[in-house]
Amino acid sequence: MPSLGADMEKGKLVEWLIKPGDHVSKGDVVAVVETQKGAIEIEIFEAGTVAEVLAEPGQTLPVGAPLARLLSTDEAGVEAVVETTTIERHVKTTVPAAGPEAKPAAFPESFPPSSKPLPSAPARVVASPAARLRAAELGIALDTIAGSGPDDAVLLSDVEHRLQDRSMPVPKPAQDERPHAKPGLDMAEMRRAIAAAMIRSKREIPHYYLSHEIDLETARTWLAATNAALVPDRRLLMGALLARATVRALGKVPELNGRYEGDPYVPSAPVHCGLAVAMRGGGLIAPAILDAQDMDTNAIMEAMRDIVARSRTGRLRNSEITKGTITISSLGETGVDALFGVIYPPQVALVGFGSPRLKPMLRDSTIKPGLAVTVTLAGDHRVSDGRRGAVFLAEIDRLLQEPEHP
Amino acid sequence: MTPFDLRTAFLEDLTAVAPDLDAESIGDSDHLQDDLGLDSMDFLNLVGALHRRFGLPIPEADYPRLATPAKALAYLTEMLGLSG
Repeated sequence: MPSLGADMEKGKLVEWLIKPGDHVSKGDVVAVVETQKGAIEIEIFEAGTVAEVLAEPGQTLPVGAPLARLLSTDEAGVEAVVETTTIERHVKTTVPAAGPEAKPAAFPESFPPSSKPLPSAPARVVASPAARLRAAELGIALDTIAGSGPDDAVLLSDVEHRLQDRSMPVPKPAQDERPHAKPGLDMAEMRRAIAAAMIRSKREIPHYYLSHEIDLETARTWLAATNAALVPDRRLLMGALLARATVRALGKVPELNGRYEGDPYVPSAPVHCGLAVAMRGGGLIAPAILDAQDMDTNAIMEAMRDIVARSRTGRLRNSEITKGTITISSLGETGVDALFGVIYPPQVALVGFGSPRLKPMLRDSTIKPGLAVTVTLAGDHRVSDGRRGAVFLAEIDRLLQEPEHP
Repeated sequence: MTPFDLRTAFLEDLTAVAPDLDAESIGDSDHLQDDLGLDSMDFLNLVGALHRRFGLPIPEADYPRLATPAKALAYLTEMLGLSG
């Protein structure tokens, strides 16, 4: 059971996406695990052949418990029992996996969920976290439910609908040792996860804060002209320009990008840019756009669309929620002027954007209304100082004055 | 397309971009962003869905006319020439 955050102690296996005998490549999604952050797709960390499954859907396991056994490919026939650790940053070493459905006889009635027709490995069903969990609770295979969401995603309402469909019998509900008050995203659990991460941050990280107001008139003018010629699906949001400028500015102050996981601290070369996504109903999650340093503004926009959509429907991957090297928190259009964030450990910086607003701006000795945004930096004083942080925010400002740069 | 169909279609697109919203509980005067919690990305995705469904350009200047379901339905009705 991989750790999917500093304070995760256990997770519930919801679904296997592979089965014993399957060959897996590094990065394949092999399982879905229900966590405080919703259902997360688990990627395997190395190639091999699934030898044996050690956990069943519905089972809750402590972090570090083996999920399955994997035969490594490089030494044919040699068993490499995948070791697990309990350190939070070892996700790559914690994700053994396999699937039971190939040999149902091997897992007769030991677990209630196995009485359901297990989903076949290649047919990955898109489903919201709420739907996924509810279906697991009810023992209904997701692939027997018609989805009505985006990309035919199975939504909670579809599961309930399926439940009422008398023509299709529903297996006896699975027993869960810890019943949920409410299916899907458990808000109380998510709140606890946020609390734990933030307490750790404030306890361990000596924060310093900087704030700077940026004139967005040039960016706004460019954006309006650009979007006017585009169909909605190709339009850009100001948020993409802000993210692009932030990622580019890290090139000038690279020490703000990384994870403080040991002394000495080593900045990260790739920028895995976390985006704080607020969940309706409360709470937030900060999945990362991986390798954002290689993306132009359009690519960042596409990645933002994708990751926000998957945050809503429950298709985030463990790498996206465990590899972030910096986080951007943005209040969007309807918020207040500035956001002073708390660093998401073990990252070392958090960039906050307030809501862009029309403000009196001084230009050529006259005051004119203009769009402005306040950007803030919460920096970890163990790895950077205010002077470097100031260079960083000034660079974001400078880059936002050239929005046409891809 | 009747007003009822239009409303159903709109709510379908709205709940597709915000799957955690319950169509039954959405009020016609609910503000999409302030009351229903859509962020700018959700809103843009809704505009995209309406564009694909109805073939309307929906320029950014018209975004305020989509602020609530009631306003959006009036806007779509007008743009589609459904009633006068």
